[in-house]
Amino acid sequence: MAELESVRVAYGQALAEYGAKNPNVVVLDADVSASTQSHYFASKFPGRFFNVGVAEPGMVDVAVGLALGGKVPFVNTFAFLLAFRAAEQIRTCVAYSKVGVKLAAHYGGLSDSFDGPTHHSVSDVAAMRGLPNLAVVVVADGPEARLAVPAVAEYPGPVYLRLNRNEVPVLFDERHPFQIGKGVTLRPGGDVTIVAAGVMVSRSLEAAEELRRAGIDARVLEMHTVKPLDVDLLLTAASETGCLVTAEEHSVVGGLGSAVAEALSERAPVPVVRVGLPDRFAESGPYFALLDRYGMAVADVVGAAKRAIALSGDF
Amino acid sequence: MAHTVAPDVNRDTYHTEQVVLGLEKRARALRRAVVTMVYNAGSGHCGGSLSAADLVAALYFHQMQIDPTRPDWPARDRFILSKGHAAPVLYAALAQRGFFAESELATLRQLDSRLQGHPDRTKTPGCDMTAGALGHGVSVGVGLALAARLDGATYRTYVMLGDGEIQAGVVWEGAMEAAKFGLDNLTAILDFNGVQLDGMVADVMPVEPVVDKWRAFGWHVLEIDGHNVRQILDALDEVPKRHARPTIIVAHTIKGKGVSYMENKHTWHGRAPTNEQYEQAMAELADPEVSRG
Repeated sequence: MAELESVRVAYGQALAEYGAKNPNVVVLDADVSASTQSHYFASKFPGRFFNVGVAEPGMVDVAVGLALGGKVPFVNTFAFLLAFRAAEQIRTCVAYSKVGVKLAAHYGGLSDSFDGPTHHSVSDVAAMRGLPNLAVVVVADGPEARLAVPAVAEYPGPVYLRLNRNEVPVLFDERHPFQIGKGVTLRPGGDVTIVAAGVMVSRSLEAAEELRRAGIDARVLEMHTVKPLDVDLLLTAASETGCLVTAEEHSVVGGLGSAVAEALSERAPVPVVRVGLPDRFAESGPYFALLDRYGMAVADVVGAAKRAIALSGDF
Repeated sequence: MAHTVAPDVNRDTYHTEQVVLGLEKRARALRRAVVTMVYNAGSGHCGGSLSAADLVAALYFHQMQIDPTRPDWPARDRFILSKGHAAPVLYAALAQRGFFAESELATLRQLDSRLQGHPDRTKTPGCDMTAGALGHGVSVGVGLALAARLDGATYRTYVMLGDGEIQAGVVWEGAMEAAKFGLDNLTAILDFNGVQLDGMVADVMPVEPVVDKWRAFGWHVLEIDGHNVRQILDALDEVPKRHARPTIIVAHTIKGKGVSYMENKHTWHGRAPTNEQYEQAMAELADPEVSRG
């Protein structure tokens, strides 16, 4: 098993570090700074940190005002609260108004596993992806979270940055070519392409190893930016491998899988098999066991790859 | 009604009769433009635009530090029309103040217009914030006021609220934020006209006691007649004297003010006048004949 690192701690420390470089960065939290790790920034720059209490919609609007006043605000709270409780604020005052608020969406997917479905966030990417002008980024590990902080801050527009609560396998280092809007080919392969984001990137790489042992050559793309989607990279993969699998820690409705299927169905229709949470809520439990139980095991990716290949034979 | 402007303001000399008469005249011009825009567009919100006209006239033609040749001037005062459905009065003020040609007002709500049904900061010169979905202005104003403080800038942020709007819970999130952060560079103005889309505010969802509510949330509260220009100017002058607290001016107004058949009628929250109604409104909003002796 690869080395593990906490994504949220990597993010929190990177934000505090970047705050020293960019004096315009301000940080907001809604009474969960000990969870989101925005406390690192708060203790370093108390004058640039604003805790609004349990008031997520108000927090997003305050961030809008700060951005209008020339600041680069990072808003921190749980993903489900941003994407749903503050959805109208994000729609009207961030996306429609084209205001450069940076929405740090913590505890994405099932990563707040023991707290249960009230705290899981399995539909947020679907909700945020539907908003014009808003970029949606899902990081895979701690090093990528560190790279994402300056990239998101300097991106010309608002960004929904989805983060993981837990220690997850470390895949990358500081040389990882992270650029918003550009997918990354992690592994070449000609039989099938696995398009993954978040914690499912490491599981997809494991699946590719397993497929290799079965004689199947799987390409793995890391699609950390769900929007704007790197369609060119997908079209190349579709033409070269003839079928795709998507793997994400999200409902199979509306997330990365839907985005990939939408893009390809109009330009290069090939089989796309989606791995993710079936259209349902999960339950409390240990994180990796929950992923395994709810459709996001390595074996699910392997099975999906085989199905995609079988389907492409019928094309 | 209680008029709580502090007595240390010398209102006899501070605002000359000329300034007051000029702003009253300006408010009539704004009202005529509002009714004309909505009449031309065939839809839009007269009632809440007319109730706010005197307040908007005082802000845009007297109080706010703004420069029509530089709509993005960083040091300008900011105005957020949180009750965004009153867009016509904002557009009328921006045009008459010189941010764009008054002829453009005729494009309200039409294809390719820079004047959307509700304010869009990315389209309209001089519009500081997009609004229309109710409830956002106080918190956005809090953010602007915090940014000003971080930069050591002296600009003020004004937020105009509707009385139906303050039924939205998120308004009170903003009220708490402004008090916690001690934002004495933030001024809210409540256009308290008592009428909302479905009927009287007191029937739809009572908001009283408004003054007590804002005081309890830590705000400095002024209560004025929102159609009395002298009281409006006195209140706006008094605001910067308060330190470490945000201020709200509770302005008692009449929905549809100035057009007799619209006054206090919720049915005129959002609809356009007929030809005859338009002619009558223009006659009622005309400047009085000046006797030349």
